[in-house]
Amino acid sequence: MQEPVQEKIILKVFRANIKKGNGTTFNTYDIPVQRWTTVLDALLYAKFHLDSSIAIRYSCRMASCGSCGMKINGFPRLACYTKISELESSEVICEPLSNFPIIRDLVTDFSQFFNHHKNIHPFIMNSTDESETPPSTHAHIQSPEDVNKYLQFSYCIKCGLCYSACPTVATDIKFPGPQALSQLYRYHSDSRDAGKKRLDVVDNRHGVWRCHFAGSCSKVCPKGVDPALGIQLLRSFMLGLSKD
Amino acid sequence: MKSLEFGNARENREGLRGWLDPSRYGWERFAYWAQRLTGVFLLIYFIGHVYETSSIAGGKDAWNLMLELTQTIWGHLFLILVIGTSTFHSVNGIRLILTEAGKGLGKPGRPDYPYHPSSLNRRQRSGIWIALTLAAVAMLYGTNILLGEH
Amino acid sequence: MKIHYATGLGALFVVAIHILMRLVVPYTSSLEYDHVISNYHNFLYAVALEAILVLVAIHGFNGLRVILLELRQSTLWENGVSVATIIAMIALILYGTRTIIIANGIGL
Repeated sequence: MQEPVQEKIILKVFRANIKKGNGTTFNTYDIPVQRWTTVLDALLYAKFHLDSSIAIRYSCRMASCGSCGMKINGFPRLACYTKISELESSEVICEPLSNFPIIRDLVTDFSQFFNHHKNIHPFIMNSTDESETPPSTHAHIQSPEDVNKYLQFSYCIKCGLCYSACPTVATDIKFPGPQALSQLYRYHSDSRDAGKKRLDVVDNRHGVWRCHFAGSCSKVCPKGVDPALGIQLLRSFMLGLSKD
Repeated sequence: MKSLEFGNARENREGLRGWLDPSRYGWERFAYWAQRLTGVFLLIYFIGHVYETSSIAGGKDAWNLMLELTQTIWGHLFLILVIGTSTFHSVNGIRLILTEAGKGLGKPGRPDYPYHPSSLNRRQRSGIWIALTLAAVAMLYGTNILLGEH
Repeated sequence: MKIHYATGLGALFVVAIHILMRLVVPYTSSLEYDHVISNYHNFLYAVALEAILVLVAIHGFNGLRVILLELRQSTLWENGVSVATIIAMIALILYGTRTIIIANGIGL
């Protein structure tokens, strides 16, 4: 049987340790790779065989949990979902996602990101009348057309790549970000939802109006959520140009 | 090497650098960068233009003095730049009005691999190319008018 | 945002008229003092110039305000930026209106 072709790549990993306060640097490792090696595989090889102090966040290894988001050669990607071969470079530079505070090495703090998400009330609100008891017990009927209105936005895995790519998030700390805005649209366009007050959260000078359709969020999304579409459709509703 | 502060909302944000680099994310990000740049440039031009044309209130001599300063080769080249940037800004602006109203972006549906986003389609993207083409044509026309008489 | 869209479209229309007026005669002669003054004496054209001034000033300074609001966030900065851009916009409109009125021949 033919041996799989082995190559070597240079893996440069961003290193920073806040508690030690030594500043930032890049460490370089030589990693053997094969045709199917992913960036996460390369990082874990470095961690297990060369330098066990590298801090990485990962879990499912199949683009389902959203944990391993990082900048790979300057572009936000999921490390488990990016093959070394598709980068077409013998040098792979791994940095933490932009626009997230760094905890250590490639691990970033997602609390601001999750706060923006929580602020848009990411749950179905069936009725705004709190006096309605008991809650209705019938099933909510949805046609395939009803489901298609929000389905792709429900595939969001909260990986944060869109938040990292967005030019408004780069400077505006009050802007919710493409993930929160598209999730707002996901609930708004769900026929089971009655939470119209959710829109007031983003109808302000740092809300939905600060999106300028740069499209970078949709460019980097690994799950086909297309947050830019959700945000423009939301805006269309808020401008009174569409019914949903 | 820079030191880090933990828990700061501003930390590790790309900042102005994130705005000024249009290269990484495709045509729409380039159009965002160009729209901002041309907008700021045109605002500065507009303020200068309102000031220079106010010389008409000073009579014929004041007006002619202003013309001597602005109707030069460099003045014409600058005006050609203004023609190009205003054409791009206008046409791309119309594209943005349409797309930000949800038109031309396709409909949501079930995403299938390879997950091409429906909003980043050729139809709305062609608006950027049309804007660039019309800007180039307008600049050529402007060059012909302004520098053709010399 | 509606203001930005509306003033943008409006400005496009009136600026197109303004540019066309410079092309109805050969360009250099269109800038001669007497020709320009005769344009200002046309009341409709003077109204169009005022419209350009107002629409472009609102669109431009609102755009600048948006850029500055995104750059930094604190109550002082945001209120300051809003106030400063509105004042600058009004100042420019007043200055330009003065030119139009004087050139139109009413005088001040």
